[in-house]
Amino acid sequence: MTMVKVYNFMGLRKYALIFSSVLLSVSLWSLFTQGLVLGLDFSGGTQIEVGYERPADVNLLREQLESAGFDGPVVVHFGAETDVLIRLQGKPDQTLSEKVLDVLKANNDQVELRRVDFVGPQIGEELREDGGLGMLTALAVVMLYVAIRFQLKFSIGAVLALAHDVIITLGIFSLARFEFDLTVLAAVLAVVGYSLNDTIVVSDRIRENFRKIRKATPVEVINESLSQTLWRTINTSVTTMLVLLALFFIGGELIHNFAIALMVGVGIGTYSSIYVAATVMLALNVDREDLLEHVEGELVDDLP
Amino acid sequence: MPNKFPLWKNLMILLVVTFGFIFAAPNLYPPDPAIQLSGQSGAMVIDQAVLDKVQGSLDEAGIEHFAGEADGESLLVRLRDIKMQLRAKEVVQAEMGGNYIVALNLAPTTPDWLSNLGGVPMKLGLDLSGGVHFLLEVDLDSAMVVRLDGDLQDIKATLREERVRYRSFALKGNQIIGQFRDAEQAEKATALIRTNYRDLQPQYKQGQNPLSLVLELSDVAANLIADNAIKQNLTSLRNRVNELGVSEPLVSRQGKNRIVVELPGVQDTAEAKRIIGKTANLEFRLESLTKAGETFKFRNPSGQGPDARVENNAVITGENVTDARASFDENGRPQVNITLDAKGGWQMGHATRDNIGRRLSVLFIEYKTKLEKSIDETGAVIITPVPFVEKHIISLATIQSQLGKQFRITGLDGQRESSELALLLRAGALAAPMYIVEERTIGPSLGADNIQLGIKSVSIGMAMVLLFMLVVYRAFGVAANLALAMNLVLLVAFMSLLGATLTLPGIAGIVLTVGMAVDANVLIFSRIREELAQGASNQGAISAGYDRAFVSILDANITTLIVALILFLIGSGPVQGFAVTLSIGILTSMFTSIVMTRGLVNMVIGGRRIEKLWI
Repeated sequence: MTMVKVYNFMGLRKYALIFSSVLLSVSLWSLFTQGLVLGLDFSGGTQIEVGYERPADVNLLREQLESAGFDGPVVVHFGAETDVLIRLQGKPDQTLSEKVLDVLKANNDQVELRRVDFVGPQIGEELREDGGLGMLTALAVVMLYVAIRFQLKFSIGAVLALAHDVIITLGIFSLARFEFDLTVLAAVLAVVGYSLNDTIVVSDRIRENFRKIRKATPVEVINESLSQTLWRTINTSVTTMLVLLALFFIGGELIHNFAIALMVGVGIGTYSSIYVAATVMLALNVDREDLLEHVEGELVDDLP
Repeated sequence: MPNKFPLWKNLMILLVVTFGFIFAAPNLYPPDPAIQLSGQSGAMVIDQAVLDKVQGSLDEAGIEHFAGEADGESLLVRLRDIKMQLRAKEVVQAEMGGNYIVALNLAPTTPDWLSNLGGVPMKLGLDLSGGVHFLLEVDLDSAMVVRLDGDLQDIKATLREERVRYRSFALKGNQIIGQFRDAEQAEKATALIRTNYRDLQPQYKQGQNPLSLVLELSDVAANLIADNAIKQNLTSLRNRVNELGVSEPLVSRQGKNRIVVELPGVQDTAEAKRIIGKTANLEFRLESLTKAGETFKFRNPSGQGPDARVENNAVITGENVTDARASFDENGRPQVNITLDAKGGWQMGHATRDNIGRRLSVLFIEYKTKLEKSIDETGAVIITPVPFVEKHIISLATIQSQLGKQFRITGLDGQRESSELALLLRAGALAAPMYIVEERTIGPSLGADNIQLGIKSVSIGMAMVLLFMLVVYRAFGVAANLALAMNLVLLVAFMSLLGATLTLPGIAGIVLTVGMAVDANVLIFSRIREELAQGASNQGAISAGYDRAFVSILDANITTLIVALILFLIGSGPVQGFAVTLSIGILTSMFTSIVMTRGLVNMVIGGRRIEKLWI
């Protein structure tokens, strides 16, 4: 009846399960043992970005700052040879940036102060708490919405897929020692939105096919649904990846990590919308019956 | 069924498109760098004469300017080169002196017909415009301690007057603890405190020594103190920030005990911090009866009064003032009620007892900086900031009776004068200490770079998506691409109209929206292809494709919207900017990718026999 080629996605679900388990275990292991490299927003402290006219020698600058009495300054290039990011540990102090600039100006070089960020320890702590809370709230609200719009088994599948994506994205940030700051948190929440978008579209088709195709096993129905939505899944991922690549290469240092988090998340999210949500639904024995109970509600459901 | 939109739907699309173009248009006109000049007090007239003087000083310094305008209260001069803006500010400030505030400004160049329609360009966040963001925390505990300490001194004095004997009375944490030798004295003291100090509540705990009295501030009183401390700090911060000369400063309360200060365009953070951290002060001095003493100018909002010579020593200073409020006396005339702490009240009483009929002045002391012009050996003009103290009399009133802890100043000209005086008194009074808990400074070049990078990544990301859609969906890709472009226009229009602030993460949000907005069209077009593959007629496939994809699109977008909303609620500044663009983008993209593309498709091929669909 259908002309779309049906791929046996679910036949590979054992391998997918192994793949996901490995990724999840490594991510969780890394998150628990070494945690995330918290950016300034969450850790608190002072960070100063300066611009030179000529390429700057970070080692020399570090020595100068150390001899001027700064304790363990981190001095690195930021995006370009002429840009330097200085991060200072220890107790934040409000006049720190001026003192640093005085030290740097002693070289007789043209130094331009591009950016100063100072975050007090209490603010960092609050942001950490708010961030974690926001993530959990997002998951809970989404689970509720999907449970109402679809069915509990779909909802569990969707939320596990989301948790899967978030944990792996965070895990990769932890493993690669990328800095986790507020923009990355925003990106991770955007990943939640994106991955959900994908999962919902797939679930929508699964629901439709369960109602439409009468003589088929759940595995067949899911395979057919995934095959039908495959091109849409790929095309949307490609367009999103294209813009993320633009952000990654052109967007500048400040949103570099934001772009990385989203690229990882979109990649994982595409995979999880095919394998994780559907596998979970099958594990929960999703069936025609689950959806037929809702037939009465269907008219209401489909109202725009 | 033959895929024709009714007229009203087509008209609606046309209307939305027109709306989008009109309200996005103001962003096409880059603002001119400008300097703005206003007076320290509202009474100063800034007219053509002042404008001529300002323009003269700019000409002299060789700074190109144009389109100067003065409206009586302030003036604005536009500059050709943004690099000369700071220099122009210095030159004008040095020329005009400290009675004027010179601010950097970006003057909109929106054509009149657009601004008449309500069109405004998007606001830029600090990360794009450059500037300073401070988050200050007000130390409420020490405000509380100051208050409790004042009460403690008062209580001791009252008990002594009433001849109630106590062993000790001291402040411990946020409690006042008194010890007595016998129960009778303790009871007397408790009764006295209950009637005279309603804000203090005696606390009883089990096993407490019956001869001790523990007092705590009531919740109502504590909240009031906290509220007043924040308000007072807000007021004095606003006054100080005004002096910095920033065109659109933001000073507002955040949460229970924090204040946000945002100063777009401020470059000199050291100066900004110094001004934010500085304190004004007050001195109450008696008018001098002899030739000795100092003479000060009289200045209040209603203009200049006579100069006055006052004694060298102050009766009390601003530290002793706990509150000042404008109100009306029993005859409806404006007055200012002043409250002093116990020590100040005692000193005031002592000083005024024998001086009824003499005049008492209030001296307002400000620590300011001025710019001084000098010429160095090479002949170049150097402008250096020089700190100085400015003192002037803000009130001079006759003492009518012995003054105490609470007294009032009457004989004021109007309500405006009384409220200004109260404000000045509070600004000079001791507020709760504040410290900076967060600072973010973005240099002007970084802001400009960020805008450049943002525009570049939006255009390149968009170009790639357009190309991809064209290759994959051919004729329908054109419709999707038109919708995508329109989505960007609508997004910009709504953000401008809603006054939303564009930040760097906000631009990232726009880029992401561009990538995800085509999703709806991808869904629809995939559906149409499927329908065609299943043998549906061309027109039927289009109709079914749009209808069937709608539910998926709606569900997917609502869930993303929920996530964006949560992001907005938990995020701060830049992250909220991301959430805002993402949310608006989702809404506009639903319109453009569903309604607009359908309209386009219907217009081109609707109701006709088509041999082959180019999809």
